[in-house]
Amino acid sequence: MIWAPLLVACAACYSLKLAGLSMPQRWLTNPRIQRTVPLLPVALLAALIAINTFSSGRHLALDARAVALAVAGIAVLLRAPFLVVVIAGAATAALVRLV
Amino acid sequence: MAATPTWNQTRRAVIRDALGIGIASGAYALSFGAISTTAGLSIVQTCAISILMFTGASQFAFVGVIAAGGSAWAGAATAALLGTRNALYGLRLVSLLEVAGLRRIVASHLIIDETTAMAIARDTPKAGRLAFWATGFVLFALWNLGTVIGALATQVLPDPRALGLDAAPPAAFLALIAPRLRAGEPMAVAMAAGVVALVLVPFVPPGVPLLVVAVLVVLYGLRPAR
Repeated sequence: MIWAPLLVACAACYSLKLAGLSMPQRWLTNPRIQRTVPLLPVALLAALIAINTFSSGRHLALDARAVALAVAGIAVLLRAPFLVVVIAGAATAALVRLV
Repeated sequence: MAATPTWNQTRRAVIRDALGIGIASGAYALSFGAISTTAGLSIVQTCAISILMFTGASQFAFVGVIAAGGSAWAGAATAALLGTRNALYGLRLVSLLEVAGLRRIVASHLIIDETTAMAIARDTPKAGRLAFWATGFVLFALWNLGTVIGALATQVLPDPRALGLDAAPPAAFLALIAPRLRAGEPMAVAMAAGVVALVLVPFVPPGVPLLVVAVLVVLYGLRPAR
């Protein structure tokens, strides 16, 4: 069942947006909060990259996806546009599986 | 000293930028639609996320957790954690937007990375407000259009894995965080987060490593200054 968590996540994301606009609370301007909040997406997305690349279910795995991530990394370093990075990653995995 | 641009020139520039960023986001939404349906969500669910959640990183994380075998609740928690930065954006936009009532309800939904960046980059509050609303509406329209097309496209594809679509989310996440990794601290945090998540994978249910990483980074960020 995906609908319940889906709608809860949507409500949570909207509430956070509304909270920023409606309740300018002191604690949000706290330097520690200001420092922590930008680090959250970096840490969570990095963890997602690691999990989606180097694991299958509850097992660690090293397969075509690792090569795909490396190629995507090169595309990022070359400042390729977002969609090019994504396509480069997917195409690499597809190619590695072909050979 | 350069001549001050007229309001017409400013308006044209704002609209042009909004269209540019909207088209780029539409392309980005294509991959969201494709990744979401590949992860097992229906087309209706995929479109509902883009309409109701409307914040890219959270959306990708929600379907990314499900794609990795995690529970949808773990995906929801991750999406909400990623959405916390929108609260900070809202705080910055309060004085600029000056919205109340229905307009505040609508404006809230449009507070994301792109609209905030476009709004605060303008020289005058009037141009900033126009940039916020123009970027918000253009992006909302093209984001949802891109999602539908991306979701429908996967229906006609034979095997998502053969096309490497399971490798698309990490590439997308990497492109998302790359601009934030130039400084030393975020880079170190990202590396540590990836290692911690992988170490936990064999020992806890899918999705849980992300929540542990979230708790650790909050503890790290809130640590007392020395």
